[in-house]
Amino acid sequence: MSVLNTSRGDTARGAGPSAAGTPGPRKNFSAWANRHRKWLFAAPAMIFVGILIVFPLAWTLYLSLTDSQGSVRAATEFIGLENYVTVLSDVERFWPAVGRTLSFTGVALVCEVVLGMGIALLLWRPFRGEKWVRVAILLPLVATPVAVGMMWRLIFDPNIGFVNQLLGMIGIPPQPWLSGQDTALGTTIFMDIWQWTPMVVLILLAGLTSLSEEPDEAARMDGANAFQRFFFITLPLMMPTVIVAILLRGIDALKTFDILYATKGKGGGSFHEVETLNVYAYGLSFDYNQYGLSSAVLILFFMIIIGSMWLLTMRKKAVSK
Amino acid sequence: MTVLTQSQTSAAPQAPAPRRRKPLGTRAFKVFRVIALVAVVLFLIAPLFWMLLASFKTNVDIYDTAKSFVFTPTGENYANVLQRNNYFIFIFNSFWVAFVSTALSLVLGVPAAYAMSRFTMHRSALVVLMARVIPGVSLLVPWYYVFSNLKMVGGFEVLILSHMFVALPLIVYIMMSYFDSLPLELEESAQVDGLTPIGAFRRITLPLSVSGIATAGILSFIFSWNNFMFALVLSGSKTKTLPVAIFDFVSYASIDWGGLMAAATVVTIPIMIIALFTQKYIVSGLTAGATKG
Repeated sequence: MSVLNTSRGDTARGAGPSAAGTPGPRKNFSAWANRHRKWLFAAPAMIFVGILIVFPLAWTLYLSLTDSQGSVRAATEFIGLENYVTVLSDVERFWPAVGRTLSFTGVALVCEVVLGMGIALLLWRPFRGEKWVRVAILLPLVATPVAVGMMWRLIFDPNIGFVNQLLGMIGIPPQPWLSGQDTALGTTIFMDIWQWTPMVVLILLAGLTSLSEEPDEAARMDGANAFQRFFFITLPLMMPTVIVAILLRGIDALKTFDILYATKGKGGGSFHEVETLNVYAYGLSFDYNQYGLSSAVLILFFMIIIGSMWLLTMRKKAVSK
Repeated sequence: MTVLTQSQTSAAPQAPAPRRRKPLGTRAFKVFRVIALVAVVLFLIAPLFWMLLASFKTNVDIYDTAKSFVFTPTGENYANVLQRNNYFIFIFNSFWVAFVSTALSLVLGVPAAYAMSRFTMHRSALVVLMARVIPGVSLLVPWYYVFSNLKMVGGFEVLILSHMFVALPLIVYIMMSYFDSLPLELEESAQVDGLTPIGAFRRITLPLSVSGIATAGILSFIFSWNNFMFALVLSGSKTKTLPVAIFDFVSYASIDWGGLMAAATVVTIPIMIIALFTQKYIVSGLTAGATKG
């Protein structure tokens, strides 16, 4: 890349004299703009994102060290790490929320990757009606999450929902689903799997299509069966793509908010049964106005996200080698 | 994307004839494959179909399990949602916010992605991509404070700004991998022929990037249309978007299921129609950069 850059720099300089042939403010500006095009192009977007991120993050960090509550405008006192102590020793709300966030993300990711790989393998070779299957895969993916949440609320309704109706036909008693204290989290995980497995399918399918066919064919010549070829040839070659899929999905799964808030409302239900870190922090901020505590939760949450991303990126580097 | 194009170009001269597909496995496998595919399609489509059915039922029919599939369809729910609940306004709000935030993000994001791709500015790209990682709640408290002091909460500007924050990283990410896969030669020869670097970008690279820009634009529009959390906090009664309007539909008393399903259908149908017509772009956008290795 660096070689290419210098060659482009040369042509840029080559264009200089012809621009300077007729001097004038416009030409001068044009020459200046071309010389500095790297930052001229990149800076506006970076400044925009920078202002909207850096300042709020710094503020969140600051708020997490104060006793801010009620109104952000109210006088606050610097209380050091007290919020963090409060949060980290809170076994009623914080640690259960951490557990729910991790189990929601973990279970959803495992199911999505396994199902996604299965579906991607089914779609790998061309077949008749492929177009229709691809449409079906795209629809859940683009559907508005809040609307999807409402849709599942009706389908999983204990009294009139279609799922219980279906179960009734094969003699299984009605389940509480979303309204049950033990079943709610599992039901929301199911919704996440329905909506986002297609995303994993698309990513893995792109990976499968870009694989070269030679290793697979060589293994076939040597008499390897379909399972051996998948586990010893395709899967190892696909590992980098699988990790990208986990990374992209994982970030979003950790931050899931829409379907949880749409199906269970404030606090993740009356027993906080689906209260993940994101829902908990949102509630602390906007339902209870506990800005100091909420900021501490958010900083810890952010560290969890960055930490898991870092682990996955390390893993990807190891796999790619 | 990159891997694909590279392997295609390198393979093209050696293997002019398309490779014949091998006959696949046994008959049993074929049957299994068909059944599995049908099951997958049913699993993905059935809930949406159920939502659509319920949106045409009266609430009495929804509560009557005998009328799951056989019932007299009614358009009353849609009439209610669109007229009495003024959904036309919310549809307009959603559309306007998504459209403007996408357009502005393209203006900022495409040149930025170009510079980051051509000058391999990995660290700068990371700054923009951080926006995808940060939990939205941590941004909302400061934003709310600043924008309410500026008397902007409840206006379109603040919603558009917050949605740009979602759109911009997405556009930069997609366009970077698009520009990475675009050959340099054309730009270089245009510069040899006397175009300035910016001129070459404007007259050569941009026209070649139309499909990439369409991909980024469509996806950003969809993400903005679907966004819930930012609008939940930052929108006012005049700027309420569709996802928030649906959320408000659920009162503490009994739920008007027919109306709720009609509202949910009204939100999802436009985006699904867009998706059907732009399928190719959406798939390439969602998988951008995934196979780079």
